[in-house]
Amino acid sequence: MMESAFVTVLIAMLGGAIRVSTPFMFVGLGECLTEKSGRINLGLEGNLVLGAMVAYAVSYLSGNPWVGVLAAGGSGLVLGALHGYICKLPKVNDIAVGIAIMSFGTGTAFFFGKPFIQPTAPRLDAIHLGDWTGNAALAQALQVNPLFFVGIILAVAMSWAFANTRWGLIVRMTGDSAASARAMGVSVDLVRFLTTAAGGFLAGVGGAFLSLYYPGSWNQGLSSGQGLMAVALVIFARWDPIRCIWAALLFGAAGAIGPSLQSIGISQGYYFFNAAPYILTLFIMIASARSKGAAREVPGELSITK
Amino acid sequence: MNAAAPILTTGRAPSLQAVGMTKIFGPLVALDDVSIDVPAGSFHALLGENGAGKSTLVKSIMGFYSPDKGRVLLDGKEVSIKSPRDARANGIGMVYQHFTLVPCLTAAENLVISRADAPSIIDWAKEKKALAAFMEQMPFKVPLDAQVSSLSAGEKQKLEILKLLYLDQRFMILDEPTSVLTPGEADEMLGLLGDMAAKKEITVLMISHKFREVKSFCDGFTVLRRGKFTGSGDAQSASVAEMSQMMIGDTEVRERAARRVHNENREVLELAGLFAQDLDGADVIHAVNLKVNAGEIVGIAGVSGNGQSALVEALAGQRALSDGAIRIHGQAFEPKRASFDKFKVFGLPEEPLKNATVPRMSVAENLAFRAFDKPPVAKLGWWMSPGPMRSKAEELIALYRIKTTSPDAPIETLSGGNVQRAVLARELSGDVDVLIVANPCFGLDFASVSEIRSQIMEQRNRGAAVLLVSEDLDEILELADRVAVMSGGTINYISRIEDTDRNVIGQHMAGH
Repeated sequence: MMESAFVTVLIAMLGGAIRVSTPFMFVGLGECLTEKSGRINLGLEGNLVLGAMVAYAVSYLSGNPWVGVLAAGGSGLVLGALHGYICKLPKVNDIAVGIAIMSFGTGTAFFFGKPFIQPTAPRLDAIHLGDWTGNAALAQALQVNPLFFVGIILAVAMSWAFANTRWGLIVRMTGDSAASARAMGVSVDLVRFLTTAAGGFLAGVGGAFLSLYYPGSWNQGLSSGQGLMAVALVIFARWDPIRCIWAALLFGAAGAIGPSLQSIGISQGYYFFNAAPYILTLFIMIASARSKGAAREVPGELSITK
Repeated sequence: MNAAAPILTTGRAPSLQAVGMTKIFGPLVALDDVSIDVPAGSFHALLGENGAGKSTLVKSIMGFYSPDKGRVLLDGKEVSIKSPRDARANGIGMVYQHFTLVPCLTAAENLVISRADAPSIIDWAKEKKALAAFMEQMPFKVPLDAQVSSLSAGEKQKLEILKLLYLDQRFMILDEPTSVLTPGEADEMLGLLGDMAAKKEITVLMISHKFREVKSFCDGFTVLRRGKFTGSGDAQSASVAEMSQMMIGDTEVRERAARRVHNENREVLELAGLFAQDLDGADVIHAVNLKVNAGEIVGIAGVSGNGQSALVEALAGQRALSDGAIRIHGQAFEPKRASFDKFKVFGLPEEPLKNATVPRMSVAENLAFRAFDKPPVAKLGWWMSPGPMRSKAEELIALYRIKTTSPDAPIETLSGGNVQRAVLARELSGDVDVLIVANPCFGLDFASVSEIRSQIMEQRNRGAAVLLVSEDLDEILELADRVAVMSGGTINYISRIEDTDRNVIGQHMAGH
């Protein structure tokens, strides 16, 4: 009995990791791209929430959830571009702007999102990967949203591009030594503007996943700080897209502990287990602040390390 | 660029002339009708003191600044250079004092990405092959797969030069290229560049202030002073005296204080087995042992980054020691304010504006840092009165000839030489037993250099134990009674100055 309960929890955690990790993955990859170019965008929480609202609204109005996903990316792109533009003005601090963008994004989302709390929008379909197992729990855990695979493909593509393309090298160069980039005739502001905008796009897509798949509705408490935790995630992943995927899965699994235990009837400490991702974030920040490896791999231009 | 083409073909070195270059920044005329003529295949030195306009001139040539007047001719034809990109397109490249390599990229990545036509998708197999073929023809080698952050300063400097050759930039501007190299490395590199220039493969314009290098490697020179052209000529036939006359003009240089012979040999400062770590936990200094006697200057030579800064920081209380002891007159010394007073320890750290002053506080306040909590400035140890502080400041400003608009001006508004004088005034106006000095003359003009070295010598003559850390070997050879060489975080060589010479010291600087 004990054993099967344990397996149930593990399967539920696996399913949870896959479901919960996707928004972490997108926001994390977006943040990773932006930070690689030497800028921090703390506003991605705003992109996430606005993306969730826009995705839900557009999906409801158009009837096609994938149009909603693109629209969410578009809204994120706009917020990211706004951050990128403001930061290139003289004497502007990217962290302060990020916090402003975060409030702006969530505020805008709540303002325009009021009418969409009630209606039900068409949601994204999952790919059923586990039906052949004949195990209901496993089948349910292995219902995977296509965005999960998009995220993984994106991470591999980013990782390859950082090493093998001119754009990838330029982004890394800008992030590590703006003076060198300038000396080579690269426009540092332009590169950072583009990476912030692209990072914003990815965060917006992450928001679409929240409202259109899991939890799968739009309300004001939809995001629970995933956008901010993604910043910690990127530090933990040491600015490596592939490691961002593993970190996102870890955060996802941590987030799934509470519901998984509840599924076998353990509801003691439910709220405590729900806090697992936050506790994890705290410990990761402490551990990575002491880590020599992280200190070596951090892009040299980041305002938190300068 | 076609990386497969033969790189070092002779006879392709360009000539460059800049005519009537003028650049005005607000009220300051940084460059006033300056002309320079660098023939094809020459190794030309650009001389001048800090602030003479050398950087402004080369940055105007490189397109960083657009000069208000003047034109640049390459091989006799006028070229329009509006940005560093244009300079690059014309085959003009520059090696900056601060490296422009990207630390997180490998040497190979740095080279490939520096190309204007770097492919969108990089075929590393092909590029590596082309780079290997390129390296075959080069006079010096750098490991291509190493991350730049792991290369030594000398290797980085070489990679910068390789980058210019890789980009086919045959007119090279080098900004004080040897400041981070050991004398041996410097001679090797300048020699190789000189050979390439002699074969008319490249033309070199080198900013320098080391007459020795100019005399041994350059053929022509041009001198600037306060933004104006003051002379040019053949570096081989002109004497050092003539060149320095052009650099400093008629400025009166204070007579150097002479070394007084004495036979005091009380031991004052003792460093016993000092260890300290950097943020990564690696030793920056290990097992540093040194004794300094009264009335003696011990010079610590070494290439920048071999632990000298860490040692000075440890002595000044800016860096914690993990092991070892500092003793003064046989008593344990902890680098804290009370001990500094008790043992009469004073210091002139490097970059005084950063390490010895609060830039936005006034000159008077900065001058009072050693005395603000003692009478007459403070009563009962806490009640400060600005009156005595200000009158003391005025006295010091007059005595040390600090040029400032008023004692209330923020110290950051002073020139480098005057900031150093202010720190000197604060540290040396009392009774000094131990003096710790680091790169005291870095970036200063001749008159200040001479004055500051005299002050240090006077303290020695008065019986202070002086520890002089300097990256300028000439300074150590001039001032020190004994020299110690630091390499890799420890002292590997100590000798009386008269028993050693530049070559021996240089070899130990390189860690041999």
